[in-house]
Amino acid sequence: MSTVVFARHQVTATERFRDAGWVAFVALILGIPLIGLTTVDGGGALEVETRFGVLAIFVVVSFVGRLGLRWLIDTMGARKLERLRDDSNKSAGISPVKVVNILGWIALGASIALPIMYSDNRYVVDTATTVLIYVMLGWGLNVVVGLAGLLDLGYVAFYAVGAYSYALLSTQYGWGFWEALPVSGGLAATFGILLGYPILRLRGDYLAIVTLGFGEIIRIILVNWTEFSNGPNGISSIPRPSLFGLDFTRSPAEGEQTFASFFGIEYSPMHRLIFLYYLILVLALLTHAFVSRLRKLPIGRAWEALREDEIACQAMGMNTTNIKLSAFAIGAMLGGFAGMFFAARQGFISPESFTFTESAIILAIVVLGGMGSQMGVVLAATLLVLIPEFGRNFSEYRMLLFGAAMVLIMVWKPSGLLSHREPTLRLSRGGAAINDAVKEAAQ
Amino acid sequence: MSTLLSVRELTMRFGGLTAIDQLSLEVPASKITGIIGPNGAGKTTLFNCLTGFYKPTTGTLRLNHPDRGEIRLESLPSHRVARDAQVVRTFQNIRLFPKMTVLENLIVAQHNVLQRASKFSIAGIFALPGYRKAEGEAMARAGTWLHRLNLEQFADHAAGDLPYGIQRRIEIARALCVNPVLLCLDEPAAGLNPRESAELNELLLYLSGELGIAILLIEHDMSVVMNVSDHICVINYGRKIAEGSPEKVQNDPHVIKAYLGEDDEDEASGGIAA
Repeated sequence: MSTVVFARHQVTATERFRDAGWVAFVALILGIPLIGLTTVDGGGALEVETRFGVLAIFVVVSFVGRLGLRWLIDTMGARKLERLRDDSNKSAGISPVKVVNILGWIALGASIALPIMYSDNRYVVDTATTVLIYVMLGWGLNVVVGLAGLLDLGYVAFYAVGAYSYALLSTQYGWGFWEALPVSGGLAATFGILLGYPILRLRGDYLAIVTLGFGEIIRIILVNWTEFSNGPNGISSIPRPSLFGLDFTRSPAEGEQTFASFFGIEYSPMHRLIFLYYLILVLALLTHAFVSRLRKLPIGRAWEALREDEIACQAMGMNTTNIKLSAFAIGAMLGGFAGMFFAARQGFISPESFTFTESAIILAIVVLGGMGSQMGVVLAATLLVLIPEFGRNFSEYRMLLFGAAMVLIMVWKPSGLLSHREPTLRLSRGGAAINDAVKEAAQ
Repeated sequence: MSTLLSVRELTMRFGGLTAIDQLSLEVPASKITGIIGPNGAGKTTLFNCLTGFYKPTTGTLRLNHPDRGEIRLESLPSHRVARDAQVVRTFQNIRLFPKMTVLENLIVAQHNVLQRASKFSIAGIFALPGYRKAEGEAMARAGTWLHRLNLEQFADHAAGDLPYGIQRRIEIARALCVNPVLLCLDEPAAGLNPRESAELNELLLYLSGELGIAILLIEHDMSVVMNVSDHICVINYGRKIAEGSPEKVQNDPHVIKAYLGEDDEDEASGGIAA
C-alpha cells in the first residue's frame, strides 16, 4: 500500500495579496469596457458615458472576494488534511453505518409526510410515486446484481411480465389488484427461473449479453403477439386498485361505496394519487424489509459468497445452481410486483414502457447507489428520477445533464454513492454461544 | 489403519496431455498423507479430480465414509463432494470471500446446515427457534475454530484486507467449518514465514491426532511435509514414482532423480532444493 504524505505549501500573506491583486487587475481590464463604459441614448445619437465609480467598486469587490475565497479554500483544505491525519491515527468517530441509518429514518419520515404536505400538488405526488417505483425496482435488481453479482441487463422483462400479467388478468378475467398480486409475482419469478436455467454457466459480459437478449425477446413478443397482448397498441382501462373494496371514483357503482362517500368527504382526484403513493411506499418498504432480512440469512450470505468466488462456494459444498436460481427468482418476483403496480397506476401499458433504456436506468440506480447498498439505491433512484425532472427547463439539454451527472458521480465515487458494506453478523453479537464454545475449546 | 480413500488407476487427460497417468493411492483414516512432486507433476489436478472439479478420464475414487459407507467421488459434482462426502479442500491461490468478514466466511462454509434449518428461508425470515438454535451452533463452531487458529481478533475484518499468512489460516478454518472427514490442503505453507509454518505443523498434527481428520497435503515446504506426514507419495509427470515413510522417500533414488536430475546432468538441471 502507498503511504499518504501530508505535506503542503504554507501560503504567505504576500502571496495571497499578489493573487488577489492579479484577479483585481483582470477584473479591471475586463471591467473597463463592460462596466466602466456605457452608452446612453442622448436624443438620436448614442453617447458614451463613464462609470468609474461602479468600476472601482467592482474591482475592490473582486479583490476582497478573491482574498476571502482563497482564504476559505485554504482553511478548508487544511481542515480536510487535519482530518485525514486524524483518520490515519485513529478511526473516524462517527461510523458510516450510523449516518446511513439516520439518513434512512429521515428519508422514511419525509416520504410519509410528503403527500400530506403536497396534498394538492399532483405533480409532486406523481413524481414521488415514480421515484418509489424505481426504488423498488432498484431493490429487486440489487438482489441479482448487488448481492449475487449476476449482471442482468434485461431486468425490465420481469417488470413487463408483472405489468402484463395484471393487465391481462384484470381486463380479461376481472381479477382484482390484490388477488392478482401473488400471481403476478409468481409468474415473474417463474420467468426468472426460466431465464436462469440456460445461463447458469455464464458470468460477467456473457451473462449481460444473454439477459439483454432476454429483455428484448419479451418486449418483441409483446409487440408482435397481437392476439395476446394487443401489440403496440397496448392494454388500456386497467382497473385501479381499491382500498379494501373502496374505489377512488367520483360516483359509486350501483350498491357500492367509494372512498369519498364512505368517509363522508368530498371527492378529489388527489385521493387516488395519494393512495397509490402510499401503496407503493408500503410495497417498497416490504421489499426492503424482505431483502434486508434475506441478506442476513444463509441464502443472502450465499448470494454474496457467490459474487465473491463461485469456485470457493462449490468447494464449501454449496449448490451454486440453486443459489443463482433463487437470486434470479426473487429479484424477478420483486420486479414483477413493481411492474404490476405500474400497470395499476398508469391504467394503460404498452411495450414502449419496457424498453432497454428502463433496464439501463434500473441498473444505473444499483451501480450508482453502490452495489448491494439498500440506502444507496434510494439515493440513486431519487437522483436519477429528479435530475431529468429538474432538467425539463433545459429541454433538449436534459439528457446531457443526466449523463454529466452520472459521469460526475462515477468520477467522484467510483464504487457508488454508499458503498460501505455492513457485515451480516459480528463476533461480539454472537455473545454467549461463542464464549461457551471458546471455554470448551480451552479446556 | 483403515483406508479412508482409495484411488484406483486414476487417469486424467486434457486432449493430448496426460496430467495423471494410472495413479493408485491409498489414504489412511486419521493420518496425514503428503503428496509431493516437481511443479506440473499433476498434484493439483489430483485434487481437482478428487473434489469434483474435474471428471477423471478413467479410474475410481472410493471413499469409505465413516457414517455413510462407500461413496464414489468421481461421480459427484463438486458441491456434493464437500456436502455429502465431506471431502473439503483449500486452494493453492487462496480463494476466500474477500469482501465478507472472516466470521462470515466461516458461517458461509456452514451454509448447508443453516439452509436446512432455515426451511427455505421461511423459518429464517421469522427467526423461529429452530433456526436461531442452528445459527447459534454455527456461530459456536465458527468461534471454536477462530479461537483454535488464533483468528479471533480478525473476526469482523474483511477477509481480503488481511495479510497473506492470516488468509491461509482463514482458509483452513473455513474448510474445517464444513466438518470434513478428509481435508485436502493445497500448499498451505506457501508464503508463510518459518514461525507460521511451525504453527501450521502443530495444527495439522492436532487435526489428525486429536480430531481424527484425515489430511491430504500438497506441499513444497519440506520442513512441513517431512515433519508431519505419516506417509508420502511422490508424483512426477502424473505417475507415482515413490511412496512410503518420509525417511524412505527422502532416500529413494527415483525421487532424488526427479528433484535433482540424474548424476550426469547435475550441472545443467539446477535441482530443486528441498
